[in-house]
Amino acid sequence: MSRAYSIKDSITENRIFLSRIVTIFVFILLLTTTLVVRLIYLQVVGHEQYSSMAKKNRIKLAPVPPTRGIIYDRKGKVLAENVPTYTLELIPEQIPALDDTLQKLQSLLNIPDEKISQFHRQRKRQKRFNATPLLLHMSDAQVAKFAVVRHSFPGVDIHAGLLRQYPYSEITAHVVGYLGRINERELKSLPVAEYRGTHHIGKTGVEKSYENILHGTTGYAEIETNAQGRAIRTLDTTINPKPGSNLYLALDIELQQIAHDALDNYNGAVIAIDITTGGVLVFTSRPGFDPNLFVSGISTTEYKALQDSDDRPLFNRALRGLYPPGSTIKPFLGLAGLEYQTTKTHSKLFCPGYYRLPKLSHRYRDWKKQGHGSVRLKDAIIQSCDVYFYDLAYKLGIERIHNFLVQFGFSEKTGIDLSGEKSGLIPSKKWKKAAYNESWYHGETLITGIGQGFTQVSALQLARATATLANQGKVVYPTLVTRIETDNSSQPTASKKPQNITLKTENVTFIIDAMINVVHGARGTAKRIGKDIDYQIAGKTGTAQVFSVKQEEQYSEEEIAFKLRDHALFIAFAPAENPQIAIAVIVENGGHGGSVAAPIAAKVIKKYLSEQAP
Amino acid sequence: MITETRQEHFHTSSLVGKILRKLHIDIPLLAGLLIISALSFTVLYSASGQNTEILIKQGVRMAIAFGFMILLAHINPQQFQRHSVLLYGLGVVLLVGVLLMGDMGKGAQRWLNLGFFRFQPSEMIKVTTPMMIAWYLAEHPLPPKWKQILIAGVLIFVPTLLIAKQPDLGTSILVASSGAAVLFFAGISWRFLLTTLVALASMTPILWHFMREYQRTRVLTFINPEADPLGAGYHIIQSKIAIGSGGVNGKGWLGSTQSELDFLPESSTDFIFAVFAEEFGLSGCLGLLCLYLLIISRCLYIAVQAQDSYSRLLAGSLTFTFFVYIFVNIGMVVGILPVVGVPLPLISYGGTSMVTLLSSFGILMSIHTHRKFLPT
Repeated sequence: MSRAYSIKDSITENRIFLSRIVTIFVFILLLTTTLVVRLIYLQVVGHEQYSSMAKKNRIKLAPVPPTRGIIYDRKGKVLAENVPTYTLELIPEQIPALDDTLQKLQSLLNIPDEKISQFHRQRKRQKRFNATPLLLHMSDAQVAKFAVVRHSFPGVDIHAGLLRQYPYSEITAHVVGYLGRINERELKSLPVAEYRGTHHIGKTGVEKSYENILHGTTGYAEIETNAQGRAIRTLDTTINPKPGSNLYLALDIELQQIAHDALDNYNGAVIAIDITTGGVLVFTSRPGFDPNLFVSGISTTEYKALQDSDDRPLFNRALRGLYPPGSTIKPFLGLAGLEYQTTKTHSKLFCPGYYRLPKLSHRYRDWKKQGHGSVRLKDAIIQSCDVYFYDLAYKLGIERIHNFLVQFGFSEKTGIDLSGEKSGLIPSKKWKKAAYNESWYHGETLITGIGQGFTQVSALQLARATATLANQGKVVYPTLVTRIETDNSSQPTASKKPQNITLKTENVTFIIDAMINVVHGARGTAKRIGKDIDYQIAGKTGTAQVFSVKQEEQYSEEEIAFKLRDHALFIAFAPAENPQIAIAVIVENGGHGGSVAAPIAAKVIKKYLSEQAP
Repeated sequence: MITETRQEHFHTSSLVGKILRKLHIDIPLLAGLLIISALSFTVLYSASGQNTEILIKQGVRMAIAFGFMILLAHINPQQFQRHSVLLYGLGVVLLVGVLLMGDMGKGAQRWLNLGFFRFQPSEMIKVTTPMMIAWYLAEHPLPPKWKQILIAGVLIFVPTLLIAKQPDLGTSILVASSGAAVLFFAGISWRFLLTTLVALASMTPILWHFMREYQRTRVLTFINPEADPLGAGYHIIQSKIAIGSGGVNGKGWLGSTQSELDFLPESSTDFIFAVFAEEFGLSGCLGLLCLYLLIISRCLYIAVQAQDSYSRLLAGSLTFTFFVYIFVNIGMVVGILPVVGVPLPLISYGGTSMVTLLSSFGILMSIHTHRKFLPT
């Protein structure tokens, strides 16, 4: 680098620098003087005014929590609402002897020890001058008792507020979800300002996934307090809270009730979807639980009982339960056979009651020991012949099965507006290599053909796939929330981009015809629900093995324990010629799909269609 | 100046003086810094609600920061000059790194996680930018020509923009002013200076367009704090109440009610001056400002005594930045400047800015103690 070293005039440079230093020093003095002037203005001129503001008027800024949005079903029935409630709140800073006060309150109001320890936990997370709830949901008697002695408890007060309530309790527990106290982990990720004054947050279901819409915006009020800190009056400078938006679900609570009752004592899941909109009409998972327990703070014993129950009531079977689809997969596989031209509508196969791979001795059994005789695709679907589908699956090969089924939304999340969904699995060679580092066996293709083996689906996926099939391949997206209502103006939720599976109409019609015969045909596996109805249902039964029967063993329902009995499945849509509702029913340990699962679906369909305009 | 004779006195007599001279420590400056640090502990104890844990943390940070100062005082300023470009370049690269993969903290991306510790490159660039500009301008005859001013402008603008993008308005103001200060000390013409200021003022609407929502709110709040008395304006109102209620003599140490009752937000960090003003009153504030001015005077003296253009420009700029810190912070707390996140130097709780500040003082000491003809 050639430096331009002209002779520096160091004297000039020095002179300039010195003058600049002096300038800066003067500048600094000037600015400091402005600070001093300002300080004099505040501390001398304004002293009296400011000290009276500091001493007399202890103005506190109190958050005003917004009212949470209400959740309605499609007909405007309330699924989640806010009811007035009284809460006993303590401000630790203002209580001279906290332990003593707690003890007195405990004996006065009969508070369980657990609430006290819960209070201590919550107290540690808050500032000392913030109110911490001790007793939520006070009874009228408790309110009255405390009101009499209130004067002797400084720093303790009754706060009138709103508490979330779920009138349908366990029927909507798994879909609407519930609110619970904000925990430490949630506190870290929440916008602090927005949740000042809010004690609860959506923990599951719609309450969780629409938390930011339901919550609303926190307001603030300036409150003048006396020397003890008790509020005297609210000042004018108040920002009103903005209530959360109301949600309208596609859910029909009457249908939900019917599905819930129909499941009776069984554990299981029912999903029904409005085919044209994708709106989820029924979202049932049994057993349910009482979500109201969580809002007012569930006790450890109650929680442990729910957690330890063999029926796992806290488990959302409809969303997270994965089951082998069993024979309900057959209509889709049959369609794959026709689309790939692996089979023809008229080609026949003889079913001797078992299937053998070429050159191998292993017998893959049909559920009907004596066999179905000579069957065509249609018969195979109506009678649910396993041998036909072993053969079809073998000819299709696992890759084509995988690729075809994935189009119907299997093996991926349906994208429903709830969190925690499971994606299930349709196996492929690539998947097995990655999961087990093993190559694929032909035998595994066969059992995939009857919906067993690695295959796992959720009730939601089954219902969606059925709806998509009924919709001639136009993909259906299940959604719960259809409208968001803010300040009396309501807005529909955004719909997903439409997508189509390319299918030949005649193939779809053929499969649907076979499914109609499952319900209405003389040899159909679900013919008992086809009687006495003036519309047609297209359906398919399924039975999913919970454990496998060895080669030479006989299967006997009575002999095996209830918990090991097969799961019963049924998928259907109706009316067959103009599909409106699609449904999937999974009954855990229900035995046969036709006898247990299908009647549940029939009840829901009947009620739904009876209300539709003719 | 008065301080000079006092310094000689220290140099010649005591053993401590000899050791400090070996360590290249400037005694008057060190004395000023120690007094301020002691004040910091006093105010912090009160502002934090008598939290000793915070005092210990602050003590550790202060020890580290003084360690940095001693280390840098030991290095010959020629070394700084030689490595200015490298340090500046490194700083800019790290800033880009922060934007690409930095950690989020309080909604802004400022930290770079190096595995074993987290590092804030914008702190480093506060020192390396004036170093770079001083190096560049000292390579050419002073006062700088148009071309050099333009290039220097670009060199200042790059890190300023990168920091403003994080977004950290306070630090970007400090970086820009430290660079501009070098140009000023280098002797750019008054006419140029005024033109630039007018041009910048006319660009305000454009700047407004690029500001984030919260930054706009701050400016609007500054213009009219009553507009949002519960949100952004709340800080300022509470801080004014604290200062005003302190009066001439203050409420005495630990007597602050405003911070005690948690009316005053950020009372240990950015708004600590309000606690100080409430407890020690106007007299205390004047004392603190005088102490700051004494330190600044000593630093400007060091700048005048410096023997080459680079040292001179750098010393001048670092001193000015120190003042900008003070002015922006106190100005914000007393409500004559908008709220930008700048701590009160050497007093606010927090580690990163303290290390940078004491590093600057280390460089100033180095400049002063490595002169070739020390007065005997």
